[in-house]
Amino acid sequence: MSDPLLSVEDLRVEFHTEDGVVHAVDGISYQVDAGKTIGIVGESGSGKSVSSLTMLGLTRTRTARIEGRIMFEGKDLVALPDEQLRGLRGNDVAMIFQDPLSSLHPFHRVGWQLMEAVLTHRKVSKSAARTRAIDLLELVGIPDPQRRVNGYPHEFSGGMRQRVMIAMALANEPKLLIADEPTTALDVTVQAQILALLESLQQRLGMAIIIITHDLGVVAEIADEIAVMYAGRIVEKAATREIFTAPEHPYTWGLLKSIPRLDTPRTDELEPIAGRPPSLIKRPSGCFFHPRCPYVRDAHRRIDPQLEPLPGQPEHRVACLLASNVRADIWRGLEAGEAPSTLRKLAEPAHAAAVGGSEPATTEERG
Amino acid sequence: MSADGPAFPEPRPGATPTESASPAQTPLIRLIDVNKHFPIKQGVLFQKQVGAVKAVDGVSLDVMPGETLGIVGETGCGKSTTARLIVRLLDPTSGQILLDGEDISKHKGDDLKALHREMQMIFQDPYSSLNPRKTVGSIIAEPFAIHKLLPNRDERKKRVQELMDTVGLNPEHYNRYPHEFSGGQRQRIGVARAIALEPKVLVADEPVSALDVSIQAQVLNLLRDLRRDMGLTLIFIAHDLSVVRHMCDRVAVMYLGKVVELAPSDELYRFPRHPYSGALMSAVPVPDPAGAKRERQLLWGDVPSPANPPKACRFHTRCPKAQEICSADEPLLESKGAVGLTACHFPLTMDEVRLRLPPALTAAAASEDPRYSSSSSASSSSSSASSSST
Repeated sequence: MSDPLLSVEDLRVEFHTEDGVVHAVDGISYQVDAGKTIGIVGESGSGKSVSSLTMLGLTRTRTARIEGRIMFEGKDLVALPDEQLRGLRGNDVAMIFQDPLSSLHPFHRVGWQLMEAVLTHRKVSKSAARTRAIDLLELVGIPDPQRRVNGYPHEFSGGMRQRVMIAMALANEPKLLIADEPTTALDVTVQAQILALLESLQQRLGMAIIIITHDLGVVAEIADEIAVMYAGRIVEKAATREIFTAPEHPYTWGLLKSIPRLDTPRTDELEPIAGRPPSLIKRPSGCFFHPRCPYVRDAHRRIDPQLEPLPGQPEHRVACLLASNVRADIWRGLEAGEAPSTLRKLAEPAHAAAVGGSEPATTEERG
Repeated sequence: MSADGPAFPEPRPGATPTESASPAQTPLIRLIDVNKHFPIKQGVLFQKQVGAVKAVDGVSLDVMPGETLGIVGETGCGKSTTARLIVRLLDPTSGQILLDGEDISKHKGDDLKALHREMQMIFQDPYSSLNPRKTVGSIIAEPFAIHKLLPNRDERKKRVQELMDTVGLNPEHYNRYPHEFSGGQRQRIGVARAIALEPKVLVADEPVSALDVSIQAQVLNLLRDLRRDMGLTLIFIAHDLSVVRHMCDRVAVMYLGKVVELAPSDELYRFPRHPYSGALMSAVPVPDPAGAKRERQLLWGDVPSPANPPKACRFHTRCPKAQEICSADEPLLESKGAVGLTACHFPLTMDEVRLRLPPALTAAAASEDPRYSSSSSASSSSSSASSSST
């Protein structure tokens, strides 16, 4: 297989503030192939947006320290000079932001803002750029593009504005599209339209998509692979179906069990994750999730788990100190509707040793 | 009227309109043909009214004591306006709002103040709904100050700390300011303030949509527990249909200022009758990749302007089943032989419902609901095949 389109290698982003160093992104790695979609899921403050802003050089400030590599078509986006990065941004790599109203200029006509995206990167005449703008509006399904191209952002509804944002991002047929919470501000009906649009455009243009969201439903619809982020790190990464059918990390379980679902009985209790996300300045010792983890053992407070592949499943990686057979037992229990508090005993060493068998229960003592 | 397609199956025997309220009970809240029109004015010196945004247009609803009624719909459908009318933060243009049989739609001054001991509201944004310059203690104590209750300082503080404990806040944080709390905790402060006077009715307008998923569940569980422990009647507004299903006994679906469907929760999510409800269900993203790749019945276009809504059935401009009569005669909200009420000339049939619902939901419903197995099995077998093949 050829090289992936994008390869993020051990990316770290730190911000030096008066209160201390904020470890926003702490050593994440992932790849995206052309035509594929990766979903990055996490709560606010998990570093999911910072990691993608860094790709476009939007976190390059005096207070930020960026380490690691972001390889895109043989170029390292972390080391690339500003001038060259500007040539790439909005051209080969484009981004859709969450809030379409604040991302569009209120004083300029939508058509001009689209033309600007074209004219910045292409040596074409204004009239050609205008034709392109109309084509783009048509591509994203805005009715009557000939007329709408002269409209101002306030004349568009929320869903239409998000379509304009997508049109702008697609202006130069990017190879990589980063969509940061593209549907969060929208109604479900419009959300479904936007997701369908992204999928059909991906099929037509063959671009890779990174979709950043907190909504597990959205990634299930659109992503091929999912990375779950917590406190600046990827704690689990697997094919979409694996994440939903055989998740391995207690945080992923927590996310799945804390959302009400349409396909389970209405009376099922939600199991919220206790506590709240940690401070990224003073992070917990050992496993970052241990203060909120129902299955925490003493060793987890000291040992920092690494993101490692599951035995026999190189594509499914998880950063958890529980033995994999214990994790399988707990997930089975959760699926059967048992509460984490009753499943806690499965993480006890006695139990782990009893069922350990061929699977050595030494993961816990590692390090 | 519903002459198209095969007749839909009879409702399940023994299905009651609500779980927690028997039909014999009298409603706690009644909305009778309530309207709220916001005038559109033009002119610099002499403003004259040139039209009206019909935010709520002829809504009639009953809310039973102890039940949770959900209101869903797209942005601008009038769900928040309806909530504000019920709590009387807005004056209705016309119509009656009854609380315990008493018309509260014209209450002013002291009457309104007294009314707010019975009804309280939780707002969407936990950041802007708390005064940043007041301590949490004084924010939660404010209802007591307004209503001149618990004048003794120690008693008031004790009560506030009890409330903080009830909603899961540390009572020792009494003297902290809102900015020292996270979003979920701030929403808890809002809940504590709302239940301080032990109201009968709590109206929650998108109470969890600003919160992270893991925190959202904490607040939802808190609201459920409070409802159970305090016997609250809850009116719950949200755009997240999964959350509404989880919380509510009955759900009202609104479109352009009108209630288009009103049904018990389980019924609505298994067998939506109105094409708009069906479109909403079809759009819900389900965290189940096996079910995600379904043929969707997407709703195209935007909601028409409420200043100039379509004639007759307001959904006819976007409705896949619309016929001539839909733009001529307005359908009434009535029982179409089903458990709930629908305002539609051509309600969805079982086969159409199957096409719209996420397979995960139809599969889950099929095991309990005989209607899923009784009528033609062609589409049900294909849907089960698609979910098992993955």
